[in-house]
Amino acid sequence: MGEAATQLSPTEARLAALDMPRGGWSEAARSEALARVRQMGLPERRDEYWKYTRPDTLTQPGAVPAALFDAGEVPIFDGMERLTIVFVDGVFDPDASDDLSLEGVKIDRLAETDADIHWARDLYGTLEAAGQDPVSRPLAALNTAFATDGVLIHVTGKPSRPISLIYHHADETSDAILHHVIRLDPGAELTVLENGPAAARFNKCMEVEIADGACFHHVRAQGRDHERRAATHIFTRLGEESVFKSFTLTANGVLTRNECVIELTGDNAIAHVAGACVGDGDFHHDDTVFITHDAVGCESRQVFKKVLRNGATGVFQGKILVKKDAQKTDGYQISQSLLLDGDSQFLAKPELEIYADDVACSHGSTSGAIDEEALFYLRSRGVPHAEATDLLTLAFLAEAVEEIADEALREEITGRMAAWLERHRT
Amino acid sequence: MAALDNTIAQDVQVKDGVDQETVDAVREVGGTYKHGWSTDIEMEYAPKGLSPDIVKLISEKNEEPAWMTEWRLAAYERWLQKEEPDWAMVDYPEIDFQDQYYYARPKSMEVKPKSLDEVDPKILATYNKLGIPLKEQMILAGVEGAEDIPAEGRKVAVDAVFDSVSVGTTFQEELKKAGVIFCSISEAIKDHPELVKKYLGSVVPVSDNYYATLNSAVFSDGSFVYVPPGVRCPMELSTYFRINAENTGQFERTLIIADKGSYVSYLEGCTAPQRDIAQLHAAVVEIVVEEDAEVKYSTVQNWYPGDENGKGGIYNFVTKRADCRGDRAKVMWTQVETGSSVTWKYPSCILRGDDSQGEFYSIAITNNMQQADTGTKMVHLGKRTKSRIVSKGISAGRAQNTYRGLVSMHPKAKESRNYTQCDSLLIGGDCGAHTVPYIEVKNNSSRVEHEATTSKVDDDQLFYCRSRGMDEEEAVALVVNGFCKDVLQALPMEFAMEAQQLVAISLEGSVG
Repeated sequence: MGEAATQLSPTEARLAALDMPRGGWSEAARSEALARVRQMGLPERRDEYWKYTRPDTLTQPGAVPAALFDAGEVPIFDGMERLTIVFVDGVFDPDASDDLSLEGVKIDRLAETDADIHWARDLYGTLEAAGQDPVSRPLAALNTAFATDGVLIHVTGKPSRPISLIYHHADETSDAILHHVIRLDPGAELTVLENGPAAARFNKCMEVEIADGACFHHVRAQGRDHERRAATHIFTRLGEESVFKSFTLTANGVLTRNECVIELTGDNAIAHVAGACVGDGDFHHDDTVFITHDAVGCESRQVFKKVLRNGATGVFQGKILVKKDAQKTDGYQISQSLLLDGDSQFLAKPELEIYADDVACSHGSTSGAIDEEALFYLRSRGVPHAEATDLLTLAFLAEAVEEIADEALREEITGRMAAWLERHRT
Repeated sequence: MAALDNTIAQDVQVKDGVDQETVDAVREVGGTYKHGWSTDIEMEYAPKGLSPDIVKLISEKNEEPAWMTEWRLAAYERWLQKEEPDWAMVDYPEIDFQDQYYYARPKSMEVKPKSLDEVDPKILATYNKLGIPLKEQMILAGVEGAEDIPAEGRKVAVDAVFDSVSVGTTFQEELKKAGVIFCSISEAIKDHPELVKKYLGSVVPVSDNYYATLNSAVFSDGSFVYVPPGVRCPMELSTYFRINAENTGQFERTLIIADKGSYVSYLEGCTAPQRDIAQLHAAVVEIVVEEDAEVKYSTVQNWYPGDENGKGGIYNFVTKRADCRGDRAKVMWTQVETGSSVTWKYPSCILRGDDSQGEFYSIAITNNMQQADTGTKMVHLGKRTKSRIVSKGISAGRAQNTYRGLVSMHPKAKESRNYTQCDSLLIGGDCGAHTVPYIEVKNNSSRVEHEATTSKVDDDQLFYCRSRGMDEEEAVALVVNGFCKDVLQALPMEFAMEAQQLVAISLEGSVG
């Protein structure tokens, strides 16, 4: 009995290993987030929302060490016209980053704004807090409380270049927590790119407020062939006729949980979220999406494709919630997996929860092996087996990649996927 | 142990001078719940509440052997340790398990009648009124105007369960000639203990879930079917459950065994009187399907759904599972769920044998304040197993309708297939329709396809019907029947007719 009393609960053990940054405008939000973490407790294996993904390595006090990996290739998005901001193991690298000034945007860093007043004060932690209902996301609240840095981007116009966030990994035991806040004013536009393994363990949260008529594009490539573990959250709220489009490519990585929480609050808003993942071996990838339709005439699309081999696991949990007054909703969701061998698995829970009657919502989910007939056709046309398999696999992934609006980015992503498939042929 | 309370069932008849038949006729025209009347009959009850003594008493009343009593008591102990599930999308006040009767039987059944001729005429009249005459005649159960149909009709053997006891089973002799055993489970425990011992609890283990465990402790009666190897059951078998007594839970237990190469089609119907206080119904159905055997199980569930404000109605918490143990075994669940205030029901298939097949066809209609959380589980264990799920959910009024299902392909279930289609239809802006499927694929030679849609009744179709002179309710009923046609077609003919009418009746008052 006495021993049990001195032993910390898993949540308290994790909290004891962290230091909350003190002072400045974010302090109140951080304290509230900490209270949320304590009240919810960190995820446990038996939680329904973690049915298919074991949270223990994401919640234990320290990160599981991850070996450094040199891809030996030009990093993705290199050579593109962009403004780069670099973090190494979660620490801002001013030398590697560009000057943070760009027309139509104001960029600050979370770690550097210790004044009491900042525009991000109204937003920091608020979308995350709103996203805790009806399903709790304790790792996001933990992020709000303990994030050591992040970017605060206020978009007022239409900047000429995308903002590119690059996450390097240099320490085998690093445990990084970053929190970005992005606000788009009415009619503003921004593209954000993200890439890199970030750390041995990475907890990242991004809150995006999109005002009426604004447009936000997000393309991300998650560290390839790396032992890293990551839990990421995107929380976004959309105003009238605004647009949110997000695409993620995940290539290997021991454990990835990407949550995306979207709230359509203005009429005729559009939200598309897509993902392509390729996993070989010790790979567990989880896409968890929750879209709430709370306005009339909105459109949402979820397109997720997973290619799995050698015992890799793909998880998809997607939900469309249509509130009572969200009439004329168009909700579409597809999750598909291509299992390249018998050891891999696909676990899916595609949900609809609908309280409005004039809606068209659908979801589809399939899982299977590569189409033998298509393979035979290509072979009979002289395409070698391995190449034919790659071709069919790329065709399978194409529907997700097509969600990227920018053609150059689409080609960049497709090229990376093709290269990965070639390297991971059996 | 204390003697049984002798209580006279409460009479809920209407005002003096008004004939019950007239009331029924009016109700029928009004399209409300047809079977909401009760039979005034002298009943005996076990004392209220649940305890080991009550469990023993039920066992004693059924004249069960000691092993059965022990089985029940062990289940009761397990139940005490279990927690009521709360994951379903249903909301109802906490159930006081001590404020219920767990056993109620008509007093006239104290000495079990030797034949149907000896059954209390009041009980026979009840079934007649429900359209289920317990006579060994050529009948078409549930079809209106059946009495005009001459003798070419198909035979249906009926086991009639009235509150806690089976009052009689028809065509037993004829079935016996074919080697088929069809009787109440209490008789089977006495007459065929070896079969019951072997199979009871083998598909749904005693501690499977909260309600199944409760059922294992207190089940009172239900049907037992054994079809011997190679026998095609010569007629459809049917059980008709009627809850009559007030404050009484019904806990029926059905066990169906289809031995190698046999075939049986089984129909289940249920109704209950209209009462203000919700009643609990927690049944367990176990089906064992051996090599090359086939079982069809069809349900038209029409328990009292409660009134338009959600008062009263049946809590229908049911565990149904079929185990395809042999190769090429086949099972097909068809359900039309229109009744009950709260439904919690997932008829499942364990596809253990190679090349075995499971099918699930469901229509769930909720109106007013009804809540339904229903679906199926297809667990693929054997090679080349196939399953198909077609679910149609219709929500109207202020009702909530959820499809919840699991398709699981185990690593060894090579080259298996699943196809799932679940569609929801919303009628009116105050209801909800939800879909919660779980898909788990653990090998790559299997294919799983899942599709779901949610929409409203198509305006163009409605307009077309209206322009042909139909009123709005008729038009909606026709469109909804079209929406359900995939499932209606899978029903045996007797039920298809009834189901089509039920679809229309359940939705009345939902338009405008």
